[in-house]
Order: sequence, then C-alpha cells, then structure tokens
Amino acid sequence: MVNGSKTWNTYGQYADWIFCLVRTDNSVKKQEGISFLLIDMKSPGITLKPIVLLDGHAEVNEVFFDDVRVPVNNLIGEENKGWTYAKVLLTHERTNISGVPRGKRRLAALKKTAGETADGFGSNMMENAMFRHKLAEIEIELQALEYSELRTLAALSVGKAPGPESSILKIVGTELAQKMDELFVELAGYNCLPFVPEQFEDGFQGEPIGPGNSAAAALTYFNNRKLSIFGGSNEIQRNIISKAVLGL
Amino acid sequence: MDFSHTEEQQMLQESVQKFVQKSYDFDTRNQIIASEKGYSEENWQLFAELGWLTVPFDEEDGGFGGSVVDLIVMMEEFGKAMLVEPFTPTTVIGGGLISALGSAEQKAELLPKIMEGTLQLACAYAEAGSRYNLASTKTSAELKGDSVTLNGSKIAVLNGSNAQKILVVARESGAETAREGVSVFIVDTEAAGVSIRAYTNVDGKKAAEISLQDVTVAASARLGAAGAALTALEAVIDRATVCASAEAVGAMESLLQKTVEYSKIRKQFGTAIGTFQALQHRMADMFIECQLARSIVIRAAMKLDSAEEAVEKAKAVSAAKSRVGKAIRKVGQEAIQIHGGIGMTEELDVGHLFKRITALDLMFGNGDYHTERFAAL
Repeated sequence: MVNGSKTWNTYGQYADWIFCLVRTDNSVKKQEGISFLLIDMKSPGITLKPIVLLDGHAEVNEVFFDDVRVPVNNLIGEENKGWTYAKVLLTHERTNISGVPRGKRRLAALKKTAGETADGFGSNMMENAMFRHKLAEIEIELQALEYSELRTLAALSVGKAPGPESSILKIVGTELAQKMDELFVELAGYNCLPFVPEQFEDGFQGEPIGPGNSAAAALTYFNNRKLSIFGGSNEIQRNIISKAVLGL
Repeated sequence: MDFSHTEEQQMLQESVQKFVQKSYDFDTRNQIIASEKGYSEENWQLFAELGWLTVPFDEEDGGFGGSVVDLIVMMEEFGKAMLVEPFTPTTVIGGGLISALGSAEQKAELLPKIMEGTLQLACAYAEAGSRYNLASTKTSAELKGDSVTLNGSKIAVLNGSNAQKILVVARESGAETAREGVSVFIVDTEAAGVSIRAYTNVDGKKAAEISLQDVTVAASARLGAAGAALTALEAVIDRATVCASAEAVGAMESLLQKTVEYSKIRKQFGTAIGTFQALQHRMADMFIECQLARSIVIRAAMKLDSAEEAVEKAKAVSAAKSRVGKAIRKVGQEAIQIHGGIGMTEELDVGHLFKRITALDLMFGNGDYHTERFAAL
C-alpha cells in the first residue's frame, strides 16, 4: 500500500508505469529504509497534477498516491536497497546529461544560424568578432568536456561504475548547454520575444511568428535553466566533488 | 555628489508604489495579461489622473518637464511590479519623437491626448534584417505630390496592436543602412494597407508584427524634415534604453529580495539553504550586480540630463545597457537556480521577473551590441 506524493515527475502524464522510491522502514537511517517499486500508473488512487513551467509547457507533474495497492512482485531487487540502486542510476543520468553529441549538433546549428542572421550593418553575425569569440570559447569547452567524458567511458568499459567524477560531466555539460541557449537567444534578438508556445506543439496549423525556430530560443533558454537544477543540482554535484573526490 | 531624490521624485516614487500595492498584485497582473488588450485601460486612465503620463513632456507643451532621472525613478517601480501598461512605447518613445521632431501643429494635436490618456502610440523601427541598427531601414516611403506611399514590414512593435497611431520609420532615400534618408511618419492603424499581427511577449507586454502595403499618408504626416529623422530617433531610443535599464534594475532588486527571503525559509539537509556559504557568496554577488547596475543607470540618466556632447550621452547609454545586460543574466539565472524547481514554475512570480529582465536585455540592443557601440563611439 503506497501513500504520499512525488513532484517534478517528467512526462508522467504519458507514462504507463512509474518507478518509485518508497519508504519501507522508518526505524533505520534515512538512506537505508528505501525500496525501489514499479507501479502501474493505471492503479486506483494515483492522480496527476501537471506543473506549467516558464515556457508555457506542462512538462512535469506532481503525482499523488492515495492507498495505492502494489503487488509485492513489483519490488525491484531487495527490500530497503532502493537508495543504493538509485545512486547507481543517478551517476548514469549525470553521465548522460553531459550531452556532448547534442552539444556538437547545437554548436553546428549556432554557426549556421549566425551565418543566416543579419547584423544590421550589411553583414551577418558569423562575421561579428564578439560573437565568433563566444562560439570559439564554447567549442573549446566542448572539446575539453568530450575528452573528460571519453575518459569516464574508458573506465566504464573495463567494468568500473562511473565514479564521483561523473559530477564533472553533469556540471560542465549543463552549464555549456545553458551558455548555448544564451547564444541562440542572442542571435534571435527580437524574434525570440513572442510568447507563442502553441506554435511548437504537434499539430500547430497557424503561421508561425519569426523566421525558423527563432521564437523558440527564449522558451528553450527558460526551460533549460532546469539542467543545472535537476539530476542532482549543480550545487549537490560540487558537494559530491568536494567530499568524495577531494576529501574535504 | 548628491544622489538623494528631490521632493518631486520622492512623490513620484511613492505614487507608483502606492498604486502597485493597491492595484497591481501578481494575480491582478496575470488577469490583465490574459485580457483582450493585454493592458488595463482603467489603469491607464488612473496614470493620466495621477499625472504620470505628463512626466517626460516639456512644461511649454503642458507637461511636467521631468528629467530622465525623474523617469528612472518611476521605471524602477514599474520594473518591480512587472507593469505591462505601455508607458514606454506611448509616452517615452511615441511622445518623445513627437516632442523632438513634431511641428507646433502636430504637438498641439497629439501631445495633450497622450497626457490625457486618450491616445496610444507605437513606434515601428525594427525590421527582420535590421537587428538593433536604427539606420537599417528597408521600409520605403515614396513622395508623390503631397502624399507619401509606405511599403514594408516591421517586427517587434511594442504596443502595436493597441495603438491608434503608429510612428513608422521609413526610408525616403539612400542605401539600406545609410544614416541619411530616414523619416518618421504618423500612420493611423485604421489606414488601408496596414495589417497588424498581435502577440504577447515572453514578459507579458503586447507587441505586433506590422506590414504596410501601399499605405498612403499625407506628406504632412511626416515628423520633421524629409530624410532627417535618424539623430532624433536615436536620441529618443537612447532615452527609452535608459528607461528599460531602470526597469531592469527594479525587477532585479525584486528578484534579489525574493531570493534572499526564500533562502531563509527553504530547508535542505535540515537547515535553511541561506546558511550555506556557497549560496551566501552568490547572493552577495547578486547584490553587487544590482548595485553596479543601479549606479551606471543613474550615471546614464544624469548624462542625458546634462549639457554634455551628444556622443558622451550616447556612450553613457550604451555603457549602462551593456553593464545592465551582464547583471541581468547573472541575477536572473542565480535567482532561478537558488529557488530550484519552484523558480521555474508559471505559478511563482520569480520566473516572470526572470522573463521580464531577459526581454529587457534584448530590448533596444543587447549587451554585446552596446559594448560594440560604446567602443565605436
């Protein structure tokens, strides 16, 4: 029988099943009394409340569990070992969040967009020295991140789990993605000011405002502030590095 | 140097604060944004009664004869409340252009209506390829006899959908980015050939895309001499740029205050997050940013009010916008980060303040644009 609520649940409105950390023992240390459960989202007693974010999109939810019956068979692994499993999953999540290939694609898109964006003085933004400088800095950072990720993956390939170093990937990857969001906003200029979230939903029939995807730039910038908050905030990642790596 | 407010400035500030406290809480603001016009006509009438709409105008035109410092006192309070009423497009830009370029007849006809609150204005300067260069104008104005035909498309026209008259920046002669040949025309939004596509900006203000197809106006609808409007347009937009910067200063102050308050309440690991030194230093940095932004905006306002050379004034404006832009990104991003997920929700005002300052960062040229302008001047 599960009771309680979860929040910031991404796309729970589309899910058939939900993995859940639930408290199964109150008598032990906080981290030790947690179990990992798989719950059918159609179970009676589950309700969802969507949370609309700054980009106008209901991406996350609050999920409420009111006397939800879950078969004992749905327990993943051993009882009260949930936190151990979750930590392993989270290190993988962190490694994944760094998003080097996505970063490379976005960098290429930035260069292409810059070449297509008029600077107002008869040239384009790819010819703008300040902007090129910023693009170069991003590209260099991305190279450093890529090789940090490759070193982490090399350790994985010989059977080691990603260690606390995966926090580096999470911090740098997310902050780099956010820097790129800023540059997309910069390029879009006035074109990213219209707040028309519906033009980015599936099935939008109208005439979009602004050229290309420019009106999405601000929405993405707003939405991606989540990157340094979720998956263990970047502050938590820095705590992990100072404690687990530096021994402070 | 004396930075204290004059008695008049203090009265203006208190007047705006009182209004916001009484009639502009976050929920009311959301309702205003959701309404058809996207601003409150009732509020606008109140602004007129309170005399706010007369502030930027000369005494000889029936105005309050306010300084730029007077304006930024108001703008800062508008910023704190995230006001959506079109003060900047109607009074500062629209009214500013008419004051600077208009004939005695044009002023006599239009300025009283602005101050009475019965005339809404917009100014159409930006185009798809202009970025922030006001000289970059493709929209054409062709003189035939005593009428002018306008053709072209404008973007990001603040208050475009609510204005009765739009001040259209158009080219009468010269190449696309030439400084000479730019004129401003007063165009009725009802005129044949004007089409307006309204939308709401990310920060809740109304704006529009405007297209002009063979729109005919009388030559007497031109503000000032043919092809000679650019210098005045730049000066008016510079004034609006300082206003936008002051608006951002107010909104950032609000963000800082809300972030500090939240850090005292929000607990993690059993203690308030405000007790963590890592966060304390970042909030101290936010404070520093707010103060530097405030200082450079005051500097710019004082320069504009002074008798200095035009180039010094323009440099001071660009310095302010550039430095404020830097503060905007830092303060805005940190405010969201320190709030965590809750700061990203539509429900909380913090995210809306973040959106407002992000829009202000782009308005009238972003930080890089103004850094480059500063270096080039």
